[in-house]
Amino acid sequence: MNRYPAWAYALIAAAIAIAFLYTVPNFFGEAPAVQVSSAKSTVKVDSALMTKVEATLQKASLPYTGALLDANSVRVRFADIDTQLKARDTIDRALNTDAANADFSVALNLLSASPRWLTAINALPMYLGLDLRGGVHFLLQVDLQAALTKRAENLAAEVRGLLREKTIRHGGVAREGQVLRIRFREAETRDKAQAAIAGSITDLALAQRDDGQDLLLVATLKPDVLKRIQETALTQNIGTLHKRVNELGVAEPVIQQQGENRIVVQLPGVQDTARAKDILGRTATLEVRLVDEEAMRSGSTLNVDVFPERKRDGTVTMVPTRKQVIVTGDQFIGAASTFDQDQRPAVSVDLDQTGGRNMRVASRENIKHLMAIILFEKGKGEAISVATIQGEFGSRFQITGAFNTAETNNLALLIRAGALAAPMEIIEERTVGPSLGKDNIEKGFNATRWGFIAIVVFMTIYYAFFGGISSLALGVNLLFLIAILSLIQATLTLPGIAAIALTLGMAIDANVLINERIREELRGGATPQAAIAAGYERAWATIFDSNVTTLIVGVSLLMVPGAVRGFAVVHCLGILTSMFSAVIVSRALINLSYGYRRKVAALSIGNTAWK
Amino acid sequence: MEFFKIRRVIPFMRHALLFNVISLLTFLAAVFFLAHKGLNYSIEFTGGTQIEVGYRQAADVDKVRRSLDNAGYKAEVQTFGTSREVLIRLHLEKNQSSGDLSQKVISVLKADDPSAELRRVEFVGPQVGRELAEYGALALLVTAVGIVLYLWVRFEWRFGLAAIIANLHDVVIILGCFAFFQWEFSLPVLAAVLAVLGYSVNESVVVFDRVRENFRKMRKASTPEVIDSAITGVISRTIITHLCTQMMVTTMLIFGGPALHYFALALTIGICFGIYSSVLVASPLVMWLGASREQFIVPTKKKGKLGDENEGAVV
Repeated sequence: MNRYPAWAYALIAAAIAIAFLYTVPNFFGEAPAVQVSSAKSTVKVDSALMTKVEATLQKASLPYTGALLDANSVRVRFADIDTQLKARDTIDRALNTDAANADFSVALNLLSASPRWLTAINALPMYLGLDLRGGVHFLLQVDLQAALTKRAENLAAEVRGLLREKTIRHGGVAREGQVLRIRFREAETRDKAQAAIAGSITDLALAQRDDGQDLLLVATLKPDVLKRIQETALTQNIGTLHKRVNELGVAEPVIQQQGENRIVVQLPGVQDTARAKDILGRTATLEVRLVDEEAMRSGSTLNVDVFPERKRDGTVTMVPTRKQVIVTGDQFIGAASTFDQDQRPAVSVDLDQTGGRNMRVASRENIKHLMAIILFEKGKGEAISVATIQGEFGSRFQITGAFNTAETNNLALLIRAGALAAPMEIIEERTVGPSLGKDNIEKGFNATRWGFIAIVVFMTIYYAFFGGISSLALGVNLLFLIAILSLIQATLTLPGIAAIALTLGMAIDANVLINERIREELRGGATPQAAIAAGYERAWATIFDSNVTTLIVGVSLLMVPGAVRGFAVVHCLGILTSMFSAVIVSRALINLSYGYRRKVAALSIGNTAWK
Repeated sequence: MEFFKIRRVIPFMRHALLFNVISLLTFLAAVFFLAHKGLNYSIEFTGGTQIEVGYRQAADVDKVRRSLDNAGYKAEVQTFGTSREVLIRLHLEKNQSSGDLSQKVISVLKADDPSAELRRVEFVGPQVGRELAEYGALALLVTAVGIVLYLWVRFEWRFGLAAIIANLHDVVIILGCFAFFQWEFSLPVLAAVLAVLGYSVNESVVVFDRVRENFRKMRKASTPEVIDSAITGVISRTIITHLCTQMMVTTMLIFGGPALHYFALALTIGICFGIYSSVLVASPLVMWLGASREQFIVPTKKKGKLGDENEGAVV
């Protein structure tokens, strides 16, 4: 009766083997590495870069133990920190010829030291949170209302322009928050205006309202437009943050949206928060200027600023521009890749009211002249687009040229990256020094280790052989838990380690229940084999009920963000793995030990004979 | 090895009233301290800045406090873990960005003692703190409702209600202790409190399971007798399990360092009170709420009876 079919044992053995495989990388530790990633949106990371990095290292005869190319970076692993430091400097010098205007960020990093085949099957060490490895965490709140207000302001200007163009008389366009109110004298003009606005400005929802003797047309942003503006504002801000973080040379930054209007920035290993914050909080870095064609012909640099322009074929030409700035980055609302009326790829650009007014004046006076859009990175400008002004335009215009769609996409991205769509503020900050991180790991693991040993010793003394099996099952539980955490790359924090310890302490309950039940059955006069079967069977209902209630708690804890969630994830996973290990794995071990014996005189489960 | 050689059923229910009176008194004391002293919330809830500074030698807390006072910061300063580490808490002030603050504070301290090293900075804006408190309360509510519903489905509403009353009073007692000693109530402590809630309910479930089983087995016994025999049957597992969990928690208290100190402390209180309340408070409550054998007898017989009544109505 106490036998599992052969496939069940095989399955359990396979599960344990796989768990072991995915736990192993945690024991290899990490090796020093150098990570090369692009510092500019114009520079791409590809296999050519990897070849170049490898060639550089070979030339300098610096031995490396592996090179890896992923979507955003090239990573090279070294045997020791000494080589790592030398390699960083060598690569940095080889790739960034102009130190003040670097194309690549070359950062020190740690890579898993486990063999390549383990990495190939995605067996990675657990992902440690900032409180364990040290670094900076920011939570930024994006002021989406400001983005909406900016858009509404812009639309007000468009409405005014449209009504002027169609010569519709109105008593003023006023903006209150994100609502536009347009006054009219006669109902007839109002109808006409409504038709005109609805026909050309599709972002607005219009409603007629009467206010005393004045007739009102109330325009609000349509809900889907509202949503779109907020979404673009957020993605745009995230994009900008990405670029700025690149400047810091952080190996594995995390920049993610959290909730509706928040962005998390995590910079492992960064200690200088002041600088990090300075760079993250920098304001727009985009400018539109007129090209000084005089200086271009003569080559004079008098009274002009000269910016490099990277041409499509890779050559760089110098573009002299006037000092006067027509439009600055904060006046950009958006940029998108699109097509012009001849179906050629183009970039459409939206400016706010002030930017549009400046642009209208400048374009009217400089038709057929060159205009340059300059992106500033690390204080250095680069002309990302030089185009001829074809006619007068205002807040919305298109940049065309002999572009293909990839190029227009890229240019739109560059323009967007230069501007923050909406203001942000830091609402949460955590900095953890690297020594504290190490301390935390050590303390957490010490607590778990000694607690685990104490339980094992106690169980083995108290329940003899059955206690030993329970301890083994608990060990398997820990193995599964670490394997799953490594596999899903959940962030392990100090509360997470505490959860591992606590979950182990609670998981032993299932085995205590089973062992007590078996003792009871023995006391009641059952034969050893029957006692095992009945003990496991009867205890199961209780184990299930009690684990469900614990799981209810675990799941509701997932709702609380921050430290509590780190705890809850591990807690929930631990409950699930404990159900498997405490009931099925321990039963399999007991079956293997007792189930195949012809005659079992007594079970080694401690003293049960008390009559 | 065997700790418990219990030959007779222990008449727990004879003292049911006493257990509940003790419980009620502790509960009222906890509520009093919560109302009177309040919880000492960490900056995660209140918002503010917390800076941990490490020194080479033992730190002079008074000097640190004086220097910060002179520099115009209203700060709470205390040692943290060892005497070489200092924890500085600053409350939220307007027009003060967190980054400047931590940099300025550390430069003030470095002027006194160049070995001062910034180990950790935590800044929480006011909106985040408020939200966390809301989420915490919501998690507690969801937990309570979820547990009552589950026990209702698996057992009976009386069991769900009794378990949650008994165990929520544990939660209040833990909070009462934190209020009385003014220990810091942080996010990990919140996690511990809720984890203990699940753990204690777990305990009640084990007893209830046995109560249900005994109701079916012991056909002639009265309700108190059934409950007494159930508690007697599981008491040794209760104590062994709690002992094991407490061993783990104790090692956390010893080795876990200051970051896990209050977490482990909350668990310790919770585990101790958990044994008491989930067994000796929840069970009498079930009894008084009127749990009886009929609620657990398979309802096929009832159905027949019901059918008869309906027929009677027709005639």
